[in-house]
Formats: sequence, structure tokens, C-alpha cells
Amino acid sequence: MKYVDEYRDRTLATRLAERITHTVHRPWTIMEVCGGQTHAIVRFGLDALLPTSLTVVHGPGCPVCVTPVGLIDQALQLASLPHVIFCSFGDMLRVPGSRGDLFGVKAAGGDVRIVYSPLDAMTLARANPAREVVCFAVGFETTAPAWAMAVIQAKESGLTNFSLLVAHVLVPPAMEAILSSPQNRVQGFLAAGHVCTVVGYEDYEALAARYRVPIVVAGFEPLDILEGIGLLVTQLEEGRAEVENQYVRSVRREGNRQARAVVEEVFEPAPRTWRGIGEIARSGLQLRPAYAAYDAAVRFREALSQAGSVGVEDPDCRSGLVLQGLIKPPDCPAFATRCTPEQPLGAPMVSSEGACAAYYRYRSHVKRET
Amino acid sequence: MTENKSYEPACPLPASGKQTVQLAHGGGGRLMQELIRDVFLRAFDNPMLAHLHDGATFPNEKGTLAFTTDSYVVHPLFFPGGDIGSLAVHGTVNDLAMCGAKPLCLSAGFILEEGLNLETLRRVVESMAKAAQAAGVPIVTGDTKVVDRGKGDGIFVNTAGVGLVPAGVRVLPELVRPGDAILLSGDLGCHGIAVLSVREGVAFTGNVESDSAPLHQVVGELVDSGIEIHCLRDLTRGGLASALNEIAVAAKVGMVSDEAVIPVLETVRGACELMGLDPLYVANEGRFVAMVPESDVESALTIMRRHSVAHQAVRIGRVTAENPPLVALQTLLGTHRILDLLSGEQLPRIC
Amino acid sequence: MCLAVPGQVLSITDDQLRTGTVSFGGVTKDISLALVPDAGVGDYVIVHVGFAISKLDEKAALRSLELMAQLDRREAPGPS
Repeated sequence: MKYVDEYRDRTLATRLAERITHTVHRPWTIMEVCGGQTHAIVRFGLDALLPTSLTVVHGPGCPVCVTPVGLIDQALQLASLPHVIFCSFGDMLRVPGSRGDLFGVKAAGGDVRIVYSPLDAMTLARANPAREVVCFAVGFETTAPAWAMAVIQAKESGLTNFSLLVAHVLVPPAMEAILSSPQNRVQGFLAAGHVCTVVGYEDYEALAARYRVPIVVAGFEPLDILEGIGLLVTQLEEGRAEVENQYVRSVRREGNRQARAVVEEVFEPAPRTWRGIGEIARSGLQLRPAYAAYDAAVRFREALSQAGSVGVEDPDCRSGLVLQGLIKPPDCPAFATRCTPEQPLGAPMVSSEGACAAYYRYRSHVKRET
Repeated sequence: MTENKSYEPACPLPASGKQTVQLAHGGGGRLMQELIRDVFLRAFDNPMLAHLHDGATFPNEKGTLAFTTDSYVVHPLFFPGGDIGSLAVHGTVNDLAMCGAKPLCLSAGFILEEGLNLETLRRVVESMAKAAQAAGVPIVTGDTKVVDRGKGDGIFVNTAGVGLVPAGVRVLPELVRPGDAILLSGDLGCHGIAVLSVREGVAFTGNVESDSAPLHQVVGELVDSGIEIHCLRDLTRGGLASALNEIAVAAKVGMVSDEAVIPVLETVRGACELMGLDPLYVANEGRFVAMVPESDVESALTIMRRHSVAHQAVRIGRVTAENPPLVALQTLLGTHRILDLLSGEQLPRIC
Repeated sequence: MCLAVPGQVLSITDDQLRTGTVSFGGVTKDISLALVPDAGVGDYVIVHVGFAISKLDEKAALRSLELMAQLDRREAPGPS
């Protein structure tokens, strides 16, 4: 059991897809919330296995895509400071702010480093005591424990040149924003298995009950996604709206208690603006006052007040509608014309988990021609 | 790697005793002469280079000359299975081989950063000499410049190469036509993953060694065998996916490839899963594709598999008349998707 | 949104972060196992940005694969 190839089996995938086709009698629109699942759907061509009456729309689950222009401008400002080493996950470097991206700052002499883990950023901070190491802390519930552990470690080990520019977001408020929109057409959700690995799925039970919407927690391999979709359409056809867990090998109902505890210790909920969607109450995380020393927003207040962000997005970009599942990327007039991965107008075309980039990269013959 | 293990060049310190490269090493004066004599000449020594002209002349034989150049800026300079020096030799030898040419000789241009440790330079140069010796392709001319500290990244290497294409041999992407088979010489991704494994910030450990290797011998045998080779392409930056796309555009054809038969080492797959990379886009330095007519598939594979650099050679797809210039990939699940060109460097995808 | 991959724990050191060597198809990386106190050597864990976030439940995994293999087109497996 290696937990990878077993879940890419062609025979089982075909059988699961046949079962979905057999189950579906009416048209349904479902959303996979997570960009990792979007990536898997297009990489393995799973949409081609599904019945045409089933519409799968892609949700806002790419932290790179939903980080607002204003925060990216703050990142650019901090990364430009001469005494700062700015650490980021790879995907974030290409996302445009209102005046360029982190790659541009790097080319202009800014010290921007790609890190794999918050631990790598801490190593950099220890190795460069005369510099300030600032981390762009982006992510969903899955990533929050890692940043929280880093902050706790920094405090315990007396590391003083380490801070976070926090852009963390939470999934349930975004799902609720989609469900409460009058234009909503999402009838069921595939919830993100790794988010639920950390926080569990108790929060989703209230959501499912209040909006009468089935939610299936699913993994990221082809068989996970197909089995998850199967459970979801079965619920829809039977008129049920429950929370089910497909990803049983990793997700418990209560999540990971240790991980939740460290997040609770370090972070508190805060309002957050989502790129293309707008501000959603209690949809983000910020550092608690006890950890203000590690908050780049506090530490660099003066430098950030000069960021001068205009926070404007391109008017042709429909990424807000894409992220809410109201349209699919090819429905945007700028898709593959004005907006390409080389010249992105919006973040979902930048990140490889962004729905627009995923569609651009992996789209099938048919979709490319229409 | 096909290095001659018995070849051990000895490279003593430069007479001046300087341990780092100075701006003057590129200034054309004594220090530069010392550098050429004690570092480069000692390593590359051969009759054609011994003339020390600005360029080299070489015997002209019947056939077409092939000429290529490439610059190498890999970071870090040393990685499992190779370094910037061996890479600079293999890369240019392979570029010649992909023209169907037999490489005759190489040039080597160095851009050195002020402050570079001479020991580092010596290691790189020795590695180049070994690689050139093993490939049987001499380095016959060269150039050195030194730039201010901070203006370079230690060492940049440029190599140019000249080769001879045998009479009657034409290997060009536009000769590819529908019905051709696509042959792949071996497993994908080792070079890119080996380099990534030692890069600051993402480092991991594993037994992944670069596939960097000269391909001119296997290609030479394919060419000499009389097989009708339409196109050859080495799978460097951008990997298999980019190479197929470039050929499809040049030949105005479509292609279909089968993901299930494309060999990728388990360790490379593991590293790709970890970093969120697609092995089909990861760089290789010792792998190539060949487009040949259906009738020549078996004989081409037989020849390729006789060489250690291509012993895993396999047919991975075919050229079609449909949907030019799209490259389609049949996924592991039997569905199809487009194998598109990558817009930029593949970045570790973490969240 | 959250690239997290399964790997096998090869060894664990008794430091503050409970750093372990984890193998991903043969390549290894040092990973903090502090958030998965029940994971031991030989176990598979899900790893995200340098931290293990869960220990994989082999019994549950085998059971669900078994259910998929026995799947009848008209009969859905029950919720877990």
C-alpha cells in the first residue's frame, strides 16, 4: 500500500464513472472547492468520464488565486526592502499585484526566495541574523498549522528576525458566501480532503443542513474524486443533503486535534478580502496579539503605509465569477485571448492550481475548438 | 555516464598562486595567460588547440558541416551525476547529434565572476575535459571573461560545436509526417530532479542522478544504419512535452502519446509528487526522441537498446494528421488531454 | 489548494519538532511529525509544506478499495 498508484487504477476508475452515469438521471451542478482537485480532474481527464448532464464547476480553493491585489502589493513592498529576505511558496511569485509581481522585485534586486516549508524560512532566519526574514503566509486551513508551528518555534527559540505577512483564508465562510449568493447554481460540494484532515468536517454539517446541500469530503487521486462525485450524485438523486467522508484514510470527523490546537494558539479569525469576490466576514486568520512581534503588518507598519496599493483588477477579468462557480474559464471573453499564462489578467490564470490555468493547460480538443 | 575512468588529468595551481578569480584573469594580460596555460590548456590539450589562434580550423571532409552553440548557467554548479562542465560538453555534443551530425570539435567560453574560487573552476574544467575525452570530441578553442562580483553566478559556460553530417542524411522537424512513430530513448526527469534536489530551499535526498550523457554514438549508429530518421530532438529545458510541441508546430502535424508507456523512475515520480511537478515537463540532458516511419521502428529500437544511454528505448506514440499542431496525451485512465507548452519555468507547486 | 502527499516514515528523532525522515517513492526529506504523535516508523503520513498532518489509516484504505473493487453499478457503497 503506497497510497498513490492504487488510486489511479484504470479499471476501477472506469467502473466508478459508469456507476455515476448510471446514477445520474437529472442535470446537476456540483463544485469541487479545492484547486488540487481541479488540477487532478484536468490532469487525468476525469471530466471526459462523466455524463454530460453533470456539470462540475471549480471553486475558490486556490490560495494563490484568492489573495487580493492589496496584499500582493504589500508583499512587493516588503520584498523590495534592502534588509529583508522575502520567503514565498513558488506559485506566488508570478501573481500580479497592481505594479508587477515578486519575480519583478527579484529581478530589480529584491532578495526573494522560494521555500518548500516554513521550516526552511526559519533556517534562513537563523543563518542571517542581521537580516529580516519575512514570509508570505498564504494558505487554507491545511497550511495554517505549519505557519503556527513556525511562530511558536520562533518564540520559544528567541528568533527575533522572523515574521509573517498573513494572507490566510478559511473555506467554510467562502462556501457559505457562494451558497447565499442569489445567483448560486451549486447544488453539491466536493469538500477539500486536506483542509478537513486538519479541521475535520463538523462545520460542514451545519452548512449542509442550513442550505440543504450535500457535501462529500474527498481526496485528491482520481479514484477519490470519482468516488466522491458518485456519493454526491447519489445524495442529490435521493434528495439527501448530508456530509459524507470519502477520504476516510486521512480524515476524521474532528480533524487533527494537535494541529487545531496550535492554530488556535497562534491565530484568530479575521475579516478577509478574497480576490474577485470581495470581503467575507471571519473568512481569514490573523496573528493573536500575543504573537504581534511576528506579524509583518505590525513590524513593518511604516514601510507598508507607503505601499500605495490601488488594488485594481483588470475589468475584463471574470475571475470572481469563475472562483464562485458562476462561469467556467472558457466562458470568460478574455480566456485564451487577452488572458494567457504568459500574460495573465487574473490570478486563476497564474497558479497551476488556478482554474483558468488548469483549463488552459489541459483542456481537451473539443473545449479548445469551441 | 560514459566517462573514461582511467583518465585522470592533473591540474596544479596557477603559478601566481592566486586562489580566486580576479578581474585581471579576464584582462588579457599575464594572469589570463597563466589561467589559459595552467587551467584550460592543461585540461583540453590537443594539436588543434595548441595553435592558440582566435579560432580553430579543421580538415574538411565530404558532407555538410553542422555548427551549434549553447550557454550553461545551471545553479548549483555541481549536482548529483554531473556539473556545469560535463553538462556544457554533453549539451553541445547532443545538439550536433540531433542534426544527424558526427561532432568534430567544441569551443569553450567562460564568463567567471570575480571572487570565484579557482579550485571550483578547476573542478569544472577537469570535468569538461573528462567529458570531452570520453565523448571523443576535443575542445579546440576558447575564451574567458571575468565580470565584477555580483554580476555573474560563479561560472557561466558557453560551448559551440562543429559536426559533419554524412552525405545524404537529412534530419529536420519539418520532415516529420503523419504515421511516423515517436520513440523515446529512456526514462524522464532525472536531470531536473537531481538539480532541484540540491537547490537551497527545496532540497531533498534521494538517489536521483542527472541523466547527462553524450548521445552522438547511439545517434551515429542510427544514422549509419540507413534508417529513415525524420527528426531527432533532445529533451532539455521544458522536457518531453515542450520538445513534442516544438516539433508538432514545425511539421504542422498532430501527435498522440501514451502516458502509461513513458518511463519515469519511482524516485523521480516521488520527487515530482512532492514538489507538484509534472515529469513530462522536467529537463533531461541525456534523453531524446526520434521520429521514424513505422517500417523502421523495430530496427531503430534494436539499435537504441544496444547503447547504455538508450537501453530503455520505447515507442511512446505516433504522429497524426488530426488537430495540428496539438500534442494529445492519453492519460493513465485512458482519457485524453492536451500536452501544452509550459508558459515559464515549472515552479515547485506547494499550496 | 493544498498539495499534500503520502510518504512513509523511515526514522524519527526526539527533538522539539519530532523531525522524521520520510520517503516519497525513494526520495527522502526531513519532515516534522509533531502534529501526528501516533505515527511511528513504517507508518504512512500525509505531508504538507514540511509537516505531517495525518497518519494514514491502512485498514480504512484497504476497506474502501475493496468496496470499489466489488462495486455493482447500481449499488452505491454506504457512507463511512
